[in-house]
Amino acid sequence: MTITESRTERRLTTSRAMVEAIEQEMEHDPSVFYMGEDVGAYGGIFGSTTGLLERFGPQRIIDTPISETAFIGLGIGAAVEGMRPIVELMFADFMGVCLDQIYNHMAKIHFESGGSVQVPMVLTMAAGGGYSDGAQHSQCLWGTFAHLPGMKVVVPSTPADAKGLMTAAIRDDNPVVYVFHKGVMGLAWMAKNAHALGEVPEGEYVVPIGKARVAREGSDVTLATLSLSVHHALDVAEKVSEQGIEVEVIDLRSLVPLDRDTLLESVGKTGRLVVVDEDYLSYGVSGEIVATVAETDPGMLRVPAQRVAVPDVPIPYAHALEYAVLPRQQRIEQAIHTAVRA
Amino acid sequence: MTTPAYAREQAQTPAPPARQAGETPDLDVSVRVGLYETMVLSRAYEEAILREYHADKGPGFDIGKGLVPGEMHLSAGQEPVAAGVCAHLTSDDAVTATHRPHHFAVAHGVDLGKMTAEIFGRETGLGRGRGGHMHLFDPATHFSCSGIIAEGYPPALGQAFAFQRRGTDRIAVAVTGEGAANQGAFHESLNLAARWSLPVVFVVEDNDWAISVPRSASTAITSNAARASAYGIPGERVENDVEAVYDAANRAVARARAGQGPSLLEVHTVRLWGHFEGDAQGYRTDLAEAAARDPIPAYEQSLRADGALDDAGVARIKEAAGSRVEQAIELAKQSPTPDPASATSYVFA
Ligand SMILES: Cc1ncc(C[n+]2csc(CCOP(=O)(O)OP(=O)(O)O)c2C)c(N)n1
Ligand SMILES: [Mg+2]
Repeated sequence: MTITESRTERRLTTSRAMVEAIEQEMEHDPSVFYMGEDVGAYGGIFGSTTGLLERFGPQRIIDTPISETAFIGLGIGAAVEGMRPIVELMFADFMGVCLDQIYNHMAKIHFESGGSVQVPMVLTMAAGGGYSDGAQHSQCLWGTFAHLPGMKVVVPSTPADAKGLMTAAIRDDNPVVYVFHKGVMGLAWMAKNAHALGEVPEGEYVVPIGKARVAREGSDVTLATLSLSVHHALDVAEKVSEQGIEVEVIDLRSLVPLDRDTLLESVGKTGRLVVVDEDYLSYGVSGEIVATVAETDPGMLRVPAQRVAVPDVPIPYAHALEYAVLPRQQRIEQAIHTAVRA
Repeated sequence: MTTPAYAREQAQTPAPPARQAGETPDLDVSVRVGLYETMVLSRAYEEAILREYHADKGPGFDIGKGLVPGEMHLSAGQEPVAAGVCAHLTSDDAVTATHRPHHFAVAHGVDLGKMTAEIFGRETGLGRGRGGHMHLFDPATHFSCSGIIAEGYPPALGQAFAFQRRGTDRIAVAVTGEGAANQGAFHESLNLAARWSLPVVFVVEDNDWAISVPRSASTAITSNAARASAYGIPGERVENDVEAVYDAANRAVARARAGQGPSLLEVHTVRLWGHFEGDAQGYRTDLAEAAARDPIPAYEQSLRADGALDDAGVARIKEAAGSRVEQAIELAKQSPTPDPASATSYVFA
């Protein structure tokens, strides 16, 4: 972790921290601009650009038509010509209308050009459910982006990481998909979340992409997770600690590249693994984590690995149904007990 | 012309008289009152949903809370579009609506009880609580909607294709907002439907705004009717006057039913409320004038002036609408919530 200025007691919401990183990078790099739907006067539906229009004006904080293929492609072209665009796809769910620009162009140009063309852009998007927004507005889908080669994928869970990873993403010479869960942003109009407020370094601050964070140390079971699920995992870890179970919570922070060393080190210590992911269960992040351990040394696991994810069903609208499929505290706690008792 | 779905439900409303394709005579009083009734019912519905939505979001405003959680896009102000278009449809015709679907669902005759139960996330809802307000699917009236901008256009082509292949004169109506007209799916659909002469009526609701982005900032031209000419199909743009919509829709529907292919109808309408509930609308430069553009009092005024309606008539229509809506809300509230144990059901047939 690179900290170029000493930590202070200043606490920000995740959304404010994300905006601060963008603001600081825009101040010293005129090639950075932010573009997307409702990012201007509205300030981003999920607060990703609050105050930036007032600060930088409409030439650099740009509202687009609802034409994702065109404006994501525009971001790619501008990046190819040396600008550093940050382009917002309002919801990860909307990747369907513009995926070709993302995975066949943004993610492949560097490779296809034999390394002679770079695409230094950031593609931001909101993800996740938990507030009854239905099957087309509640998906995480980060596993899909991570599956497709050629783009880095970061998924911050804390205000400090939201800032540090955004700075790193803007400075990276590769396309970086920056996925923020709506539930971690600290929005006034969503359920209150104490973890969405935290200390954030004031000056320029970089969190290197590809390094996981041990969010809590523990000796009994490794809980590997990301984004909003880190918050749930920490809450559950505190609870089961009172019952004598010490959970080590690994916040993956970055899916591409994935910090396999930190994961393996932890599982080597605990011998037990629970993976919590709000994305779909099959063919995704949770399978990749388990495979990483199995490929390295299946003998590391003293008990079978547990996966807590969305059980391959679209996210239901009705609250009771949605909370039955999301990896919430109760399911996480159950998985920990299963792992520890096995 | 056939009996609109809303009229079949309401025995007291006589069927509008038959009209010839393309003809725009002075409207029969019963048609005019029918259009008014549909708009009043639609507004009563949105006002009731508004009330229920905000009833239990507090303290403060938590979008995930309450009997009706999640995003809520209401259609107040846009009733003339749905009423004027759907008056020409039967429940055999298809409608694909948007994230703002209630006025079209009401005007197309979707069962209010089942629709409301869906919005309340109940097992008795159209989608057994799985879909929610942006995902209403009613096979009985061939009604559907989508929360992804412009993505309701392509499926309408397929419904029209099926109707055509089966040799019927059924049609599909596809609805989007003006913001959606800048999506690829919009343009691909116009071209394909035109080339294959599919029986589709493309409707664009231009309410001047796409969330916070004004049409002038997003769109290179001032009328989507002009875009129709790029695909060699008729395009019309009318103001938010239900009779103007009714007339223009009559031409488009008649052309589709006669096998002459698609048309595009844009209505310059008004979004009286926020994009979604909870939207503070700080960006809205036209908010002060918007209320004065409410189409329902204006139409009521003209019906009164023409002697088509009096106080008693207005009161009767409003009461009937109110009681139908409250009945639907009551039914929704009394319906069971889905069993969490069934959360993974219905992924496959
Ligand atoms: C592909 C896609 N992009 C963005 C959105 C987010 N979004 C929802 S409604 C909306 C504005 C739509 O404007 P318009 O088409 O004019 O319809 P209106 O809301 O005015 O009825 C946007 C951008 C979406 N749902 N789908
Ligand atoms: Mg609009």
